[in-house]
Amino acid sequence: MTQEMSAKEFIARRIALELKDGDVVNLGIGLPTLVANYLPEGVHLTLHSENGFLAIGPVPKDIPPVGKPRTVNAGGNPCSILPHGSTFDTSISFALMRGGHLDACVLGGLQVAENGDLANWMIPGKNVPGMGGAMDLAVGAKSVIVAMEHTNNGEKKILKKCNLPLTVKSRVSVLVTEKALFRFHDGKMVLEEFAPGVSVEEIRAETEAAFTVSDKLKEMVISQTGL
Amino acid sequence: MKSKRLGIEQVASFLRDGMTIMYGGFMGNGTPPRLMQAILDSGVKDLTMIGDDTAFLDASRGPEGVGLLVRNKRIKKLITCHIGLNKEAQRQMIAGEMEIELIPIGTLAERIRAAGSGLGGVLTPTGVGTSVGEARQDITINGKKFDQKQTININGRDFLLELPLTAELALLEAVKADTFGNLVYYRSMRNHNPLMALAAQTVIVEAHEVVEVGTIDPDHVMTPGILIDHIVYPA
Repeated sequence: MTQEMSAKEFIARRIALELKDGDVVNLGIGLPTLVANYLPEGVHLTLHSENGFLAIGPVPKDIPPVGKPRTVNAGGNPCSILPHGSTFDTSISFALMRGGHLDACVLGGLQVAENGDLANWMIPGKNVPGMGGAMDLAVGAKSVIVAMEHTNNGEKKILKKCNLPLTVKSRVSVLVTEKALFRFHDGKMVLEEFAPGVSVEEIRAETEAAFTVSDKLKEMVISQTGL
Repeated sequence: MKSKRLGIEQVASFLRDGMTIMYGGFMGNGTPPRLMQAILDSGVKDLTMIGDDTAFLDASRGPEGVGLLVRNKRIKKLITCHIGLNKEAQRQMIAGEMEIELIPIGTLAERIRAAGSGLGGVLTPTGVGTSVGEARQDITINGKKFDQKQTININGRDFLLELPLTAELALLEAVKADTFGNLVYYRSMRNHNPLMALAAQTVIVEAHEVVEVGTIDPDHVMTPGILIDHIVYPA
């Protein structure tokens, strides 16, 4: 990892390479949203907005004032809808998730367990924002990609068992951190990639979860878009 | 046909302390602002409110939505999915001043749809193995009482049985209504509004524009007018 690039940007750049042209994808708020900035040339996604439309477009030049009809994303911020988009009610929007109609979702994480459990919606007594759409997304998307920094001030986050309230059981497909990429195969966690300059020993030391090392282990390559 | 037009000053006659009200909207986008103000002005309190979230506390970012009633402490219980962008809602929950039941958005939508569709409940995989599945939900199945959500296994997969969610009143926002109550929503403002139109005893819509019947093509109607009891016209 280069000195200048933040861990968040590095993670977003790696996840950008997980997505294929034409995929229908939901990007969570925060780090996951950054992924859209780093898609390689020729990769066009249809982004799902859980508040009720497909094909999120850029922020419009003239944003209608609060109180006038306007299009907003799931974070409540003004955006537009691309020409191939469509709008619908919440029931259809979440049917798209649970019904397996999204190729992938990218979610932030607080903890991930070795069996693919994810905790990302609350820290009891500290921060209780609510699960919003995260549980439905994680249950239903074909591929659940978690974007998460490897540790939190030295505290391990990739665990044998999550100790924070779960978002979903055994549904994580891919976990990308600034040090490693793990894939989950039949409930088993496999290290497939390491970040440049990071050893398997270092990854083991910072990971409580049990994992195997892929026989195809390789150095992580990230999207160069905009570099 | 009897007019559905309702003056904003008449809304108070539908309100009373302790009642249950659904409100449309997602981050305040699609929450009827004048109807929220009418609740505040009426002085009613101890409300149970059902809706997606508590919107923004910072009015420069977006509509305050139901946050107006949170800030003025009119709500006893809130059934919702996300309060993360409203610090006052979080504060009241942690201080125990307002009871908040957090449920997944897809589950909220389907519980409302179930109530409005004559279904006895819905089976969803969302929340299985999480605290959502442990929540209290009194229920009797074949004479046997349960005090937790039931997990039902169908062909090897677990689902939670989620019960219908209804209300005495639903408050909607539409960009266009005809005088019969046929509604059109704008873009992301549709969200829970059409589902709530099915699920409450009385449904009031705040419309940005009201047109004569026949103006909206039947193929373009998003909520059938038979579901709408009263229309508040633009100011």
